[in-house]
Amino acid sequence: MEKLSLRMVGAGLIRGLVETARNFTGSYCDPARLTTVQYPEESLPPVESARTFPFLVFDGDSQSGLRCVACKICEKECPPQCIYIVSERDEKGKVLKRPKVFDIDISVCMGCQICVEVCPFDAIRMDVKFELSVFDRFKPLLLHKEDLAKSNEYYHSIHPLEARETDLRLAAARAKQQSKTEGTKSSSSASSTTKAP
Amino acid sequence: MNAEVNITSTRPQLPPGTVMSYHLQRQSAAGGDAESDLLEISMGPHHPSTHGVFRMDVVLDGERVVRLKPVFGYLHRNHEKLAEGMTYLSSMPFTDRLDYFCSMTNNWAYALAVERLAGLRPTERAEYIRVIVAELTRLLNHACLIGFLTHDMGTMGTPLMYAFREREKILDLFEELSGARMMCNYMRFGGVRVDLTPGWVAKAQKLVAEFPRFLDEFEKLLTTNEILLARSQGVGILPRTLAVNASVTGPMLRASGVNYDVRKVDRYGIYDRFDFRVPLGDHGDVYDRLMIRFLEMRESLKILHQALRDLPGGPVMDPKAKLRSFRPRPGEVYGRIEAPKGELGFYLIGDGSPNPYRYRVRPPSLVNLTVLEDMCLGHTVADVVIILGSVDIVLGEVDR
Repeated sequence: MEKLSLRMVGAGLIRGLVETARNFTGSYCDPARLTTVQYPEESLPPVESARTFPFLVFDGDSQSGLRCVACKICEKECPPQCIYIVSERDEKGKVLKRPKVFDIDISVCMGCQICVEVCPFDAIRMDVKFELSVFDRFKPLLLHKEDLAKSNEYYHSIHPLEARETDLRLAAARAKQQSKTEGTKSSSSASSTTKAP
Repeated sequence: MNAEVNITSTRPQLPPGTVMSYHLQRQSAAGGDAESDLLEISMGPHHPSTHGVFRMDVVLDGERVVRLKPVFGYLHRNHEKLAEGMTYLSSMPFTDRLDYFCSMTNNWAYALAVERLAGLRPTERAEYIRVIVAELTRLLNHACLIGFLTHDMGTMGTPLMYAFREREKILDLFEELSGARMMCNYMRFGGVRVDLTPGWVAKAQKLVAEFPRFLDEFEKLLTTNEILLARSQGVGILPRTLAVNASVTGPMLRASGVNYDVRKVDRYGIYDRFDFRVPLGDHGDVYDRLMIRFLEMRESLKILHQALRDLPGGPVMDPKAKLRSFRPRPGEVYGRIEAPKGELGFYLIGDGSPNPYRYRVRPPSLVNLTVLEDMCLGHTVADVVIILGSVDIVLGEVDR
């Protein structure tokens, strides 16, 4: 191409400098060319799908209302293995469907969201808080059940679309379950009546 | 294979007799001072030009390289063995961390291998989304590579900042899609994790429409710059036969004039539906490797145009795919894609259990590094820096 051949040494250099100058002055004329924000004073609007670290969703009471049933699927699937769960037991030693200990070491967690995906009970979700610096390396970064429990309303406030979809799905599942139990009840009563004579 | 672009005809040359062409002549002159002692120095692992923790044992005769031994392993994280001990799904976020610039293409290569093993087929829409995010990844990788390489030549970061400005726009798109800017963890076996958000396609189209402006600006800034020509033309020549014999892949191979692109050869995914050309170099020097990236970005934009236009509706996951208790049948597969740096392959042996029996990554950066000594011999230390820069390595992938 003729256009690219150099007539004079330094011409290419000057062309590049013109481009740099245009970029330098461009941001003064056109606000769209400003690409940075001054972070601690101002920050970009949060993204709906943003994710940092997991939390546990509860409905109603912050401890008894936890959706988690301690099935330990997330513990098994967690790639860096930062989740630690112990199920609650009653006096006879029978395993109850709620966690006694639920710890997440967020110094190990890499925020991959796999625990959220594999959870069959929609009990664990991703938070969007990112300003989490602390002075101690160990204790404050090991989150316990109490620190992890966040209300469903909080979940709605950070991921509105996703939370609405989850609520609808849970409600549908509950309705199905209810109709099923009613169905089995009526069918069992029917069978008992037929057996009686 | 269809038509390719040859970049030789558009190659600007320095006028003879200038100070800079003297520099070129000096470089081509053979040997150094025969009586001087050899000096062995260790470049890296904490050398700013090595793009990470990479070490080169360089033996110098004066300023000239006599021997060069790449030493890697400083960032070894036991990725392959770890993956054998965990489920197929759990390895997916770790593939993000191989080549941390191009997490989307890493995801794709791994998903492709596992899909072959499990007999899953991504849906039509998922295939298109994969092509779109992979080509966006190629754009950001090539733009940043040019930035890094010219930074190594002493542009003090100006092109790098321009490249990062554009990269930021692409990362914003990735963040909206997957929730993370760099560690996307977006693809799943049989599709992608979530559907595109409303308005995403419009944003991507806007980016694709504006990107050529940046490329023009970038080319004006760099391609005829005399310093860049003097530094890069005739430096670090990789002969065609050596490139093929050393199984070099990606832009580096094509800069040496070998027409080999996995997108064209394998036609994985839906690449057979798009009309694009494969840019080829001729000289195989640093300048060709730089220019090939410019041209590949233009071809990627073409693919993006077509993919965003034809994007169909529908689900993004194969209905047969399942997240929990995923056990693909026993077998042996190799899935490969054209990652921005070259051929990225995953070799898996499944034994019917939830985790792979053998898991092996074929990283393009590592294989492309093997010819580093051949390219550097006889050049000066300053040239070693830009030759390494033109290979386009990411140490996360080299060391795994």
